[in-house]
Amino acid sequence: MSEATVGTAAAGVASDTVATSRPAVLGPALKDAVASGIITFLLLLPLVGFRATESGSGPLTLTYRFGLVAVFAAIVVVGRLLLHLTLWRPGRGVKGKAEARPRGALAEAAGAWSGRMIIPAFFLGAIAYPIVSVVLSGGLSPARYWVDLGIYILTYVMLGWGLNIVVGLAGLLDLGYVAFYAVGAYTFALLSTSVPLTDFFAGTLGQDFWPLWSFWVCLPVSGLLAALWGVILGFPVLRLRGDYLAIVTLAFGEIIRLVLINWVSLTNGGVGISSIPAISFFGVPFNADDGGFASLFGVTYDSMHRMIFLYFVILGLAGLTALVTVRLRKMPVGRAWEALREDEIACRSLGINTTLTKLTAFATGALFGGFAGAFFAVRVRFVSPESFTFMESAVILAIVVLGGMGSQIGVAMAAILLIGGMEMLRNLTFLKNEWLFGPDFDPTLYRMLIFGLAMVLVMIWRPRGLISNRLPSIFLKEKKAVSGALVKEGHG
Amino acid sequence: MEVFLQQLINGLTLGSIYGLIAIGYTMVFGIIGMVNFAHGDVFMVSAFIGLICVLLLTTVLGMSSIFLILAITLVVAMLFTSLVSWTIERVAYRPLRGSFRLAPMISAIGMSIFLSNFVQVAQGPRNKPLPPMVPDVIVLMERNGYQVTLAYKQLIIMAVTALLLVGFWWLVQKTPLGRAQRACEQDRKMAALLGVNVDRTISLTFVIGAALAAVAGVMYLMYYGVVNFADGFVPGVKAFTAAVLGGIGSLPGAVLGGLLIGLIETLWSAYFSIEYKDVAAFSILVLVLIFMPQGLLGRPDVEKV
Repeated sequence: MSEATVGTAAAGVASDTVATSRPAVLGPALKDAVASGIITFLLLLPLVGFRATESGSGPLTLTYRFGLVAVFAAIVVVGRLLLHLTLWRPGRGVKGKAEARPRGALAEAAGAWSGRMIIPAFFLGAIAYPIVSVVLSGGLSPARYWVDLGIYILTYVMLGWGLNIVVGLAGLLDLGYVAFYAVGAYTFALLSTSVPLTDFFAGTLGQDFWPLWSFWVCLPVSGLLAALWGVILGFPVLRLRGDYLAIVTLAFGEIIRLVLINWVSLTNGGVGISSIPAISFFGVPFNADDGGFASLFGVTYDSMHRMIFLYFVILGLAGLTALVTVRLRKMPVGRAWEALREDEIACRSLGINTTLTKLTAFATGALFGGFAGAFFAVRVRFVSPESFTFMESAVILAIVVLGGMGSQIGVAMAAILLIGGMEMLRNLTFLKNEWLFGPDFDPTLYRMLIFGLAMVLVMIWRPRGLISNRLPSIFLKEKKAVSGALVKEGHG
Repeated sequence: MEVFLQQLINGLTLGSIYGLIAIGYTMVFGIIGMVNFAHGDVFMVSAFIGLICVLLLTTVLGMSSIFLILAITLVVAMLFTSLVSWTIERVAYRPLRGSFRLAPMISAIGMSIFLSNFVQVAQGPRNKPLPPMVPDVIVLMERNGYQVTLAYKQLIIMAVTALLLVGFWWLVQKTPLGRAQRACEQDRKMAALLGVNVDRTISLTFVIGAALAAVAGVMYLMYYGVVNFADGFVPGVKAFTAAVLGGIGSLPGAVLGGLLIGLIETLWSAYFSIEYKDVAAFSILVLVLIFMPQGLLGRPDVEKV
């Protein structure tokens, strides 16, 4: 800023005052744009400019793409120059801030209104979604893709809400959440395919009992086992704070995955467990037989019935997660979580049992992770350690962070945006056009690239996430939302 | 006994690589109190830069002197990796310096995902093998048909690490930059008041850390002869374990921790099970953080209200 002022003053001495501001803006802008262009060029030169290509089984050969590097550098130069001349122009910032104030108040009012309406609207929309997609795509089978996508997104909404309890409410950064998802999935997979159990139930309750009922019996078991693991893993890490806690949970997540890979006699190793029984309509199978779902309700058999039922099961589970979280927030334990997030030392001096508080947060989060895991296993009917990598934890964390830690509706919106958006990348076939990127271009390769970048950009521009308002669970006289900037998230 | 000696040599080699990466973690943690999650991926990027440089020198320029190739590759990788790390700090961490505590950590996780996927997109997902660069070995002793060998490349790794550490120690202890760095570590605000350019010092910390990681990357490439875009994560976590084990914030601790982790990993693989060697490393991380969070050579962390 001071350099710009000096520049303006110097230019003002040299010529008349009307034409002064222009050279002072353009000069530094050009300098900055060219500098960033050079840096971009150098950054991309080694790994984009050259490519080590495999040629059959022979040694690597180099191929060159200097043109691409030059294009990127040119984009950066032009982009930064334009930004300097428009948005970042000196003196523009003050005006922009003055304008922002009334808009902020307006947005707050709109936020308060939509805050009341958005949750029922969200649930109604979620319930109507499979019906709408069936009607719009004209038939049950054509809607398969859309219903499947809905299930996929809702699984992440549920996982996001589960992790939100740990990260958003209690402020404990958990990078190993996928471990609980894995525990839930493997619990169901192992129990439902276990030979002794199948034989036992075949002997006592009939041949059909276990394949049909295993999901409904194992669902609570999976959740409880995951919660137990939450306590087991949570117990030793209670003394750790912030970054250390994050790294230890990451290590736990990796340990569980490595054990799943290497304990072949129990988990079948990297091959995974297949032929997991399908979900049943509370004991009624989804098949074309006489006792099946179709004949019971007098409709013609369609494999989509099971899909739509799965959709409503995950919707119910996600709804349960949201409901429990909302209720818990208003109970002493939920208030203790949020107090813990704000200031652990103050918490302790006020007599809150921090050990118990942290453990309940871990266990509750893990419980829902376990439910989601069991659901994942019954949907895909196959589990392998590949599904439970650190990347999965990072995706769930990104959903929570992007949505605004602690905000339920924000997390749901972020899940729809991120997971739906990544799925939509598949459909960008127009990018394969000859004039854009060529037919070899595969947009799905860029999923995680965009993902990582989005995480960084959200942290820089909106560190409080999409929804940055928080509704306190207790208030004096007047109910109003507070800015997320006043909340100290993540001070584990 | 012979097996043990051989594993000792292998372990020290691996430990040198971990130690070099660990210094980057420990310096950044010391100066701004964040875990630079992307550091493992910076290491991986440097190995790729090294790969490109070696290919350029051998296949295009037709160089054959292996030591000249190594020396040039080291310098090139250090320069470009420093630039990468400098940019990351400038773009992803500096704007977050006043933000809430977890913001830089989350940004770093995003950067880590970005870097590994960037390399995957730019260079392809498959393993990139190089022909063996320094295949010769020295036979140290031979008994009952079992040879204890010290490969030249192991010797190079240990020698380069030792040399770098001496230079690095001199940098931190004797130069104005090192003084500024130690001042910032103790009290950033006070250092700024006394005329230390804090932003520049932090940038240089990242640059030095990245340069050391680049050396580790080139050494890793030379030692294993293969590199993959996903290779940053596990060595990164292990190096972080090394930094924690040695006491985070302590430079000799990072090297000591690196050597210990390297030894534990190779001995574990030799005597127990090779499948669970990563589990062993991760378990050490958990155990150290829980029972000895100040590490071997670190200062205990005092909680201030």
